[in-house]
Amino acid sequence: MSLAKPDPQDISNTQKIALALGIVGLFILVLALANVNLPNQALFLTASLGLITIGTVIYSRDMYLAKLEGIKNDGLWFKSISSRGVWGWVSGILLTAFYIVLYFKAELLGLGQGVDGANTGLVSLFDPLSQLLAGRDASQWFVYGVLYTLAIFAFGYKFMLKYKHNRYQQLRTASVMFFQLGFAFLIPEFMYRLNSDLPYNNLANMWPLNYYNFDQYRIDGFINNGSIGMAFLIFGIVSIFVISPFLTYKYGKRWYCSWVCGCGGLAETAGDSFRQLSSKKMSAWKLERWLIHTVLVFSVVMTIALVYTYLGYDPNKYWLTKGMFLLLSGIFLTAVFAVVMIFKRQELGKDARYGAIGYFVVMALLVALHLTGTTNEVFFINNGALRSTYGVYIGSIFSGVIGTGFYPILGNRTWCRMGCPMAAILGFQQRMFSKFRITTNGGQCISCGNCSNTCEMGIDVRAYAQKGENIIRSSCVGCGICAAVCPRGVLKLENGPLEGRINPTDVLLGNDVDLIDLVNQK
Amino acid sequence: MEHIVIIGNGISGVTVARHVRKLSDKKITIVSAETDYFFSRTALMYVYMGHMKFEHTQPYEDWFWKKNRIELKKGYVKNIETKSKTLHFAEGDTLQYDKLVIATGSKPNKFGWPGQDLDGVMGMYHKQDLENLERHAPNNKVCKHAVIVGGGLIGIELAEMLNSRNIPVTFLVRENSFWNGVLPEGESAMINRHIKNHHIDLRLSTNLKEIKSDENGKVKSIIIEETGEEIPCNVVGLTAGVSPNIAFIKDSEIETGRGVKVNRLLETNIKDIYAIGDCAEQHEAIGDRRPIEAVWYTGRMMGETLAHTLCGNPKEYKPGHWFNSAKFLDIEYQTYGWVFSKPRENETHFHWKHSDDTKCITINYNQTTNAFIGINTFGIRMRHETFDRWITEQRDVDYVVHNLAEANFDPEFYKTFEKEIQSAFKNQLQTA
Repeated sequence: MSLAKPDPQDISNTQKIALALGIVGLFILVLALANVNLPNQALFLTASLGLITIGTVIYSRDMYLAKLEGIKNDGLWFKSISSRGVWGWVSGILLTAFYIVLYFKAELLGLGQGVDGANTGLVSLFDPLSQLLAGRDASQWFVYGVLYTLAIFAFGYKFMLKYKHNRYQQLRTASVMFFQLGFAFLIPEFMYRLNSDLPYNNLANMWPLNYYNFDQYRIDGFINNGSIGMAFLIFGIVSIFVISPFLTYKYGKRWYCSWVCGCGGLAETAGDSFRQLSSKKMSAWKLERWLIHTVLVFSVVMTIALVYTYLGYDPNKYWLTKGMFLLLSGIFLTAVFAVVMIFKRQELGKDARYGAIGYFVVMALLVALHLTGTTNEVFFINNGALRSTYGVYIGSIFSGVIGTGFYPILGNRTWCRMGCPMAAILGFQQRMFSKFRITTNGGQCISCGNCSNTCEMGIDVRAYAQKGENIIRSSCVGCGICAAVCPRGVLKLENGPLEGRINPTDVLLGNDVDLIDLVNQK
Repeated sequence: MEHIVIIGNGISGVTVARHVRKLSDKKITIVSAETDYFFSRTALMYVYMGHMKFEHTQPYEDWFWKKNRIELKKGYVKNIETKSKTLHFAEGDTLQYDKLVIATGSKPNKFGWPGQDLDGVMGMYHKQDLENLERHAPNNKVCKHAVIVGGGLIGIELAEMLNSRNIPVTFLVRENSFWNGVLPEGESAMINRHIKNHHIDLRLSTNLKEIKSDENGKVKSIIIEETGEEIPCNVVGLTAGVSPNIAFIKDSEIETGRGVKVNRLLETNIKDIYAIGDCAEQHEAIGDRRPIEAVWYTGRMMGETLAHTLCGNPKEYKPGHWFNSAKFLDIEYQTYGWVFSKPRENETHFHWKHSDDTKCITINYNQTTNAFIGINTFGIRMRHETFDRWITEQRDVDYVVHNLAEANFDPEFYKTFEKEIQSAFKNQLQTA
């Protein structure tokens, strides 16, 4: 395209003031990070978080409230921040650096660097709030949790104003705010105050997203903490096998990915400006399917392996033996595989081969586990090393550093799309037996591409819509933005009967009915 | 191997190519002078507005054409030699065909206004128009004011485009209300107000007299016919409709009227030459349709149909029930069946408008039999499939109003208006 990029629209004076307020708020955090001695930490923390919030609120109100209701994407691909321009790269690098420090160099944030292990720097700035909530000093994770929750609220507010005409968008944003503040942030802190032995537990965070849920220290922690610990453990298991498949059957995986999940919550709010950056190429889709399912296989095998190692330590505590556990796991996976192959062959389509490969890889690994596993080693690898490898590469680098740090480069759902094992399982259920689909409205599509452009999961929505075909993709998180931006009212997120939901068509509604019959019968 | 050559890579030409490939192994070549690859013309506006980049308007990745063995040739066809089945290009080369499909679309109308070819005067149809607009109206410093002439779908889109870059727009509309040759009065009046709410200077019942030039041959201002008022501007958009883009075949033996004349099989008077899409003109209009249908959907349907004829299974072009859609700034519009601006004989309209002045519907029905004929819906999405079925089933208006909820296609959790519409319908019957 020979067109030069036009100048982005000037921002108003109100927006400049709002930006300045937010930057002052951020600057306080930078001062704390640089170990500048801030006399009254509670006051400065309040000022910092308050200024960031107020700045975002004023900015959003000025940006959206004065305008008529409608789609507000003007200049999206002209603005440096949202089109991989200089500001996009700068913020991407800063975010990535923050994540690397957070995961691997927390002492740079001031964690435990003071006298007797007290905090200094940025972490100590958050001590008063942590004391207030949980009665202990802050950790780097507490700092992260506060900023994360703040980001979801401030940018969630902006998002709700942007879509002030769209109740679906407003409700689901309110929902992710609620789950982030309550389940991910406040309740675990309060639980700690009540019972400090209980492991951190976000009830909305399910295995395998929290791959560590069945680690020995957690299981021991749950079991040793009486009924509340057992309740957490049982809820964790029931959510995997009962609650989540049922809700996915009824509403699609969006009930989790776009309404509950914290990763999704951040992506939909703070990451909203980057959704158009996800690649829609066929090659990206191929990469996605290999990556996400590899991570899934890895996390399933690793979880089984870890549970395997500590079963048998103490027969009084764990009635399940190692061999029995492996056998049960194998039987369960075989049953799932068999049911899918027999009853859901059509949904699986050409992917049946890959499903079979995945299944046999897992089975082979279970046998290998049986043959080589001891209490310390699995596959001749120290189990601690296996766990930390997963933690570092998948839990930290993939989900945090790349997943969030690269928002302004790769789009806001890279982790959800390419790596999240939870999304893979829910997506599998969505493709196999969910009532959810995005319906295409007859022959009304004009192939404009707004839907594909805004799809954060990189689905080429238009490829389906222009064929009059429903969109049933395992990766779809049901954010609903494709339907919102469609200028012809072609797309609708719906829950309907399973029959006929996958409907490939060649000739669209509106043409000669005989021709439609002729072509579609073939 | 039979060689099918298609002139034009718009929705009509590309649809016929794709379907011929599905049905056969024939050699296919698509010729275009406009772009290398198919793009969605309707999406050009979003490129200027920054919602998308140009490459996002291309529905197929570049490898698609090779994979499906559809050859693409960039070139401008100067004339068609029907005897020897040869295309002559402006670039000097030639191309032989066995069967030829003319799918060259439209071009913007110009009605002989003085100054209509000045620098800064443009239509909004081709990709080149977009590039032209980008050059003349990159921002509101270079383009301090723009004037749009012609109140149709492209005119209001151009107004929205310029608005997105804060360029003040004066919008000249010949009719006394926006698009009221098509829209019933209540709808048209609502859109008038919506346009003004976007701070667009809408001038109804206003004609262009002339476009004035500065010393460099660039647009300086326009003069209004009725008042003689001079409006200084840097860009003039001519959006007074489109007509078939067929100048290059006027000298050939192919029969033309306003467009390329075709029969129901989409054949021209010359064997093995066909025409589809905006540039095709039916000898006799089909039902209530116009002989020339310059609509995305009909172009696609003609392409779907012609592919069968080309592959040895002749099919007449028999479009189903009429439907269409558009978007007026923030207000989406869909229509199913027929609603005319003024009810025809025996027809009557039921009109409902929401108090927020952005949503309304008009139902057209037969006042003697009560048969449902069509619906216009603004700001409320409706289901194509449901209305298509209701029209086929020849439902009456009471049934349609009563079951309107079934046709709702708005996103989940949206406020619904069926109850309000139903009680308005009841009231109208009582007062009528």
